[in-house]
Amino acid sequence: MKIGVLAVQGAFIEHKKMIEGLGEECIEIRQANDLTGIDGIILPGGESTVQGKLLRKLNMFEPLKAMINHGLPVLATCAGLILLAKEIENDTTSHLGTLPVTVKRNAYGRQLGSFESYSNVGTIKDFPFIFIRAPYITSLSDDVKILSTVDNNIVGVSYKNQIGLSFHPELSSDNRIHKLFIDKIYSYKSAGSQLKIS
Amino acid sequence: MDQTRYNLNKGLAQMLKGGVIMDVTTPEQAKIAEEAGACAVMALERIPADIRAAGGVSRMSDPKMIKGIQEAVSIPVMAKCRIGHFVEAQVLEAIEIDYIDESEVLSPADDIYHIDKTNFKVPFVCGARDLGEALRRINEGAAMIRTKGEPGTGDIVQAVRHMRKMNSQIRKITSMSTDELYEEAKNLQVPYDLIQFVHDNGKLPVVNFAAGGVATPADAALMMQLGAEGVFVGSGIFKSGNPAKRASSIVQAVTNYKDAKLIAKLSEDLGEAMVGINPGEIKLIMEERGK
Repeated sequence: MKIGVLAVQGAFIEHKKMIEGLGEECIEIRQANDLTGIDGIILPGGESTVQGKLLRKLNMFEPLKAMINHGLPVLATCAGLILLAKEIENDTTSHLGTLPVTVKRNAYGRQLGSFESYSNVGTIKDFPFIFIRAPYITSLSDDVKILSTVDNNIVGVSYKNQIGLSFHPELSSDNRIHKLFIDKIYSYKSAGSQLKIS
Repeated sequence: MDQTRYNLNKGLAQMLKGGVIMDVTTPEQAKIAEEAGACAVMALERIPADIRAAGGVSRMSDPKMIKGIQEAVSIPVMAKCRIGHFVEAQVLEAIEIDYIDESEVLSPADDIYHIDKTNFKVPFVCGARDLGEALRRINEGAAMIRTKGEPGTGDIVQAVRHMRKMNSQIRKITSMSTDELYEEAKNLQVPYDLIQFVHDNGKLPVVNFAAGGVATPADAALMMQLGAEGVFVGSGIFKSGNPAKRASSIVQAVTNYKDAKLIAKLSEDLGEAMVGINPGEIKLIMEERGK
């Protein structure tokens, strides 16, 4: 199995180490032809404005969007969640737009507002949540499932083949979310049809 | 500063990796930088090349000007304070800057002590010419390191020298025995536990960017191939003929730093690069500041 991690900017090495630590192959996606043959993709943290521009400039935007719409499993963290969101608050533009939610960027303010806490991600209990200039979700379509909330704000969701998180599991030493993602890709491959992550 | 806060601050630097941080002096320039794909901006009144030209004492920027830039962009905003000037740092923390650069580009306020950065919640980045300087700054609480290079020259030679030296020292330490590590800690004038970390991990405990003299996409890619995790560009962009195009090309070259064909394309028609000055031609050597 081959998992891609979008490597145009941000903390992609941390995701790669997590995946490799779980015994799977992980390749860095820097250009459109790197997308060929991947079984899943991770959209890492970083600056969403930069990543969105580079996706377009490097001609990856359309193929990636089509792959996600056709069921490619996605794990998106922080900036990655912003790339997936259909709408961004106070912004007329959006990026891939495959996840029917509205996100608020820098929802906790500047770096002094960054924080850490513990909460649940679906069935995963007491996971360390690391928020760095993080977004959260302010509204979502009915068929989007809420995985995590912190202080009544939605910080983790799943929808079909997509998982979107406002925090950074890749900065923690806890690999349970990455393991869950790998398991989902395997079940998708064995089912050979549209993946429903829930 | 507790360990959780320090980890969050190191984490922000991790999010900046693979990106370009650009010096800007106005909200308009900040918007051009963000539009071109900067992952953060450094707000300052004068870029290093102009600081050199103006001479005199160079200080922290007007907070009002920094706030104007914070309002203009959604990406992180950094600002510089003088080496050792902890009150300038307190002021920058009060206006909720995302990162403070305790920088040799400004005139040092203290010729012995750096700021005790552990007293702050806001993160610091510091310049270093070699591993000893880098680890001393980390021990004082820096959450990110950059090479010093020689700012405002458009000459990459010192940044290359600093990055090569740091990496060569790191490689040497990874193969040392424990008794040699004790001696190395003494030689580099740094605590043993930081030397131990470098020995075990083959890298600094924080993110390491290149800075000082980057003027072209090829310069930026050179620093990335030499092991930088991202690039600061100071005078190189807004002292050039076509800042928006040059900025965007440097951003793409940092992402695809090993793709020579793409860098060739990105290097075409960029207009005039900033006029470089050689180290032999300058009187003020900023890299000597703060050791």
